[in-house]
Amino acid sequence: MFVLIAGGGRVGSSLARAMLRDGHTVSCLDEDSEAHARLEIGLEQSWEDAGGQFTVGTALEIEALEEAGIEQADAFVAATDGDNTNIVIAQIARQRFNVPTVIARILDPFRAEWYEQQGLRTICPTRVAIEMLETEVKEAASRASGAGG
Amino acid sequence: MYVIVVGAGKVGWNLGRELLEKDHEVTLIEKDQNRYLAVEQELEHNVQYGDASELWVLERAGIGRADMVITVTGDDEDNMLICQVAKEKYMVEQIIARVNNPRNKQWFDLLEITPVVSATDLILRLIEHEVPKYGLVHLLDLPQERLEIIELLLAEGSPVTGQRVGDLELPEGSLLISVLREGRGFVPGPDTVLEPGDEVLAVLDPGMEEELKAYFGPDGSSD
Repeated sequence: MFVLIAGGGRVGSSLARAMLRDGHTVSCLDEDSEAHARLEIGLEQSWEDAGGQFTVGTALEIEALEEAGIEQADAFVAATDGDNTNIVIAQIARQRFNVPTVIARILDPFRAEWYEQQGLRTICPTRVAIEMLETEVKEAASRASGAGG
Repeated sequence: MYVIVVGAGKVGWNLGRELLEKDHEVTLIEKDQNRYLAVEQELEHNVQYGDASELWVLERAGIGRADMVITVTGDDEDNMLICQVAKEKYMVEQIIARVNNPRNKQWFDLLEITPVVSATDLILRLIEHEVPKYGLVHLLDLPQERLEIIELLLAEGSPVTGQRVGDLELPEGSLLISVLREGRGFVPGPDTVLEPGDEVLAVLDPGMEEELKAYFGPDGSSD
């Protein structure tokens, strides 16, 4: 499968390496050339030698998307550090380039929920963190009240 | 009419002020605290501090009853998505978005965010198509085509009134494209006779404005 990941930050670069390890074709697009170094963390060889592709560019620029291979992509992951950018480029990937699988990372839980309802696949790390913290704190609370009673 | 304006930069602030002067109800939303404080000095409770990308900020501003949402921040993604949410989630009847980078225009189109504009003037004219207070309004630049479109209001006593369009000796590089008379627009033919009060749209080569304005005489605003 050809995966295009927009945004090579902590999330994007780790996902890119994981997909590459699993034998997929991976292309990463980031406006900061430093992202290339992050892709190579823990690799014995360069990102390109490992089979990866990297493009410097802004995901709103059609030329950058095309250079990164969006027309061939089976999956597109919007994982830049901006919610708004992710929501826009995910819709571009879906509506303009008809990428079969499009996933957007959205930190704002309310908008993540709404866009999910509109048919956009979203991952909301904030929602995950809230749920985990809630579980932990509630468990601690029940332990405390158990010990107290 | 209740209008929410997102972004209290130069455009948003002036737009907000003009709308208030025209007796509309207005809430400006600004996410930069310093800017908010500056604008709040003048517009007081008509400006709110917050990031309008967040749904609760829009809800706090009363988006449920807004007749119009106008996004004029310096960030095209913000402008696009706030309008998208206003239109599709909150069913706001009319949205207007500012495009900062013309290359992003295609994405506004893709998300069906229309109309888009790039100047305060144009936004105001979309809100109420009224006779401009000034004789000549610069409507549109078409830099790629190297053309401009302007509007002229023909005053009583303009040398062209009473003349057939076919008899006009327009400056080289200009063309009349439509006439708005008593609220109705039409494309003038050679036999159309211009009347005082006509609003005339002309397309012209850049830099021809002054020459054309001189040809059409004193503007309609001189009172």
